[in-house]
This record gives sequence, C-alpha cells and structure tokens, in this order.
Amino acid sequence: MAKVKVKRHGVSMDMTAMCDVAFLLLTFFILTAKMRPQEAVQVTTPNSVAQEPLAAIDVITVLVSADGKIFMGVDNHQVRLGMLEQMSKRYNVAFTDPEKEAFRLSENFGAPMANMKQILDMDPAERNKPGVQPGIPSDSVRNELFYWVATARQYFGSQGAKYKVLIKADQNAPYKVVKQVIATMQEQDVNNFNLITGQETKPTSM
Amino acid sequence: MAEIAQGGGNDKGGKVRSKKVSTRVDMTPMVDLGFLLITFFLLTTTLQKPVTMFLGMPAKDKEKEKVETSPIKESEAITVLLAKKDGEDTVYWYQGTGKDVATTQVEKTSFAASGGLRDVLRRKKAEIGDKFFVVIKSKDEASYKSLVDVLDEMAISEIDKYGITDINLNDIKIIDKAEAGK
Repeated sequence: MAKVKVKRHGVSMDMTAMCDVAFLLLTFFILTAKMRPQEAVQVTTPNSVAQEPLAAIDVITVLVSADGKIFMGVDNHQVRLGMLEQMSKRYNVAFTDPEKEAFRLSENFGAPMANMKQILDMDPAERNKPGVQPGIPSDSVRNELFYWVATARQYFGSQGAKYKVLIKADQNAPYKVVKQVIATMQEQDVNNFNLITGQETKPTSM
Repeated sequence: MAEIAQGGGNDKGGKVRSKKVSTRVDMTPMVDLGFLLITFFLLTTTLQKPVTMFLGMPAKDKEKEKVETSPIKESEAITVLLAKKDGEDTVYWYQGTGKDVATTQVEKTSFAASGGLRDVLRRKKAEIGDKFFVVIKSKDEASYKSLVDVLDEMAISEIDKYGITDINLNDIKIIDKAEAGK
C-alpha cells in the first residue's frame, strides 16, 4: 500500500492582505488624529470625574500656567484680528500687517501690550518656547486681561455666536491667579465657566 | 518568494529562455513597518480626551440679596478649607460659622478614597439632609488641583449646594490652629 504522503505546505504566508489592513488602519489613524495646536505654554490639567466633552468652536480659553502666568486664546481667526485691532487702539500700539498675521495665526498668547510687538516679531517656534512670553497682566492696576476678554466677547457677540469661557489651569497653578481670573470675568458679568480637566473614572457611590 | 534570479551562465546553445520570475513580493517587512507606524501613532496621540467641568459663580450684585433671603443655618453648613504646607496640598473642614476660632472644631482631612473628605461629606449629608451646604474657601497659595478635587468630591457625593468664597482672616487663623495642633 502506498504511503499517504502529508502534503508539505510552504510556511510563508501571503502577507498582502495583512499589509493592506495595516496601512488601512494607519491611514485611518493619521486622518482621524487631530494635530495638537502649538500652545505658548505647557499646561498639565488636573483630572476630574466630569463627563462633558470639550467644545472646540467659539471658545475663549484662558490658560494659567504652573507658575501663575496668564495666557489667552480664541479659536476664531476673525475675532483674533478684531481683538488686536481694538487693543492696539486702546493701548496706542500700532501693528504692521505681518504682525497682525502672526497674531492671527498664533493659537494663544501671553504678553502685555507693551511687549506684544516684540513678541509678534519673533519666529513662531521661538515665540512658543517656555519662558519667552511673560503672561497677560491681570492685576487691578493694569488689567489687560479684562479688555482682551471684553473685546473677544464683543466680537463673538457681534457675530451672534454663543461663546463659552474655558479656564485651563495647570494643576499646580496657585489658586490666587485662578481667583483673579474668575474675578476679572465676574467684573464683566461672566459667571459661567468651564474648567478644562483630564478625565477620571467616577468612583461608584456607595 | 522573492528571490533575485541568479543569471545562469549555462548556455547550451538552445533557445535563450527568459526565466520566469515570480511577481510575488515578500510582504512581511512592509507589514512590520505598517504596524510599527500604527503603534507609533497610537502611542503619540494623546490618550486622554479633555473634558470640561461646569462652574457657575453667583452674579456679583445678586449675591448679597441671596444671602439675605436665604441665610444658611450654622448647623447645616460645613466649610472646607484648602491650604498648602511645605509644598503639600492640605485640606481642613469644620462645621459652623468659624467666627470663634477657639471653639471651632477643625479637622484635617484628605482627598483619599476612604477616610477622607468623601466620607465626611457623605456622613454630613446623611446627617443634615437636603439643606446641607458646603462652603469652599481656599488660601491663595493652595494649588488649583485641590479646588478641582473638592469640586469633584461634590460631584461624587452629589452635593449641588456649594459655594466658593474668599477666605477671611478667621479661616486663616483656623488653618494655623489646625497646623499647630498637628
């Protein structure tokens, strides 16, 4: 009787399908990933059990860094230009077109009006290095934050947009600065805030 | 699989046959590369999606009105104090108005999952019931994290009556007393 021969299969598989899947996934992840905007300050937010996702449009974001510097950002480019226009009038600082363009493209900023020109003349990479921007003054003597927020609200209001005020503070930011930011907002009757935090699972209540 | 055809040098004088080279290419390294890139992108994208926590402050001019119309009873309110000592966030609580520093019973607590502020709040909420009110006061140097932690505790214990107010001199004295007692 003839021996039953076990047919030998090649060990090498056809990888084409797997390769297709791999690159499909890769493409998917690249396309869905959102670029992280280049921020002027690195902020590590504390975690909370809050559930509400972050709104991304029509927001006024006030950032507080770990060392208590205040930064601000508005997502709408038109509003950014309007803000700068108003502020340059108020503080008598004239900006050139390239400077305006630099301001329009910067995600957030943190400089007093006196230094704003100099900061905007810098290279974007240089500008966003830690420690370059001194923060927006918000003390009672020279509360520039107040006017920045006021002009931003004015422009959002004129567009009929429902804006939100977000506070993104570092977990080690002193409460004093956060209190100051909230007080500045309350001076112009902004009483509702959204604090940006990381996500944490809610412990089951007993 | 993909092998480079070695040029056979055996001319037998017959027809020159072009050797059939397989069109199949070994895909394994390409798959490796694909998955490597996927892994890289997965790891570099931020895993944590930011969320927002709503914070509503009372309107400034209406605040006084409110206090007058609905004063909080001493027995129904507790005060949570936030401070910072030696670079560590500390949290204290007491019940009552805290007007009299000497008689106020102040306790140090923590944000621990058990035996901390959460237990205190839960106990007091059960004790006092619906009218339970929490006053949150923070010293200037306390970190923002502890404020968020307290607000978190409110959400966890489902306390919707709380307020953030400025700290006064008495409260600072109470914190000092609590720190000295340790």
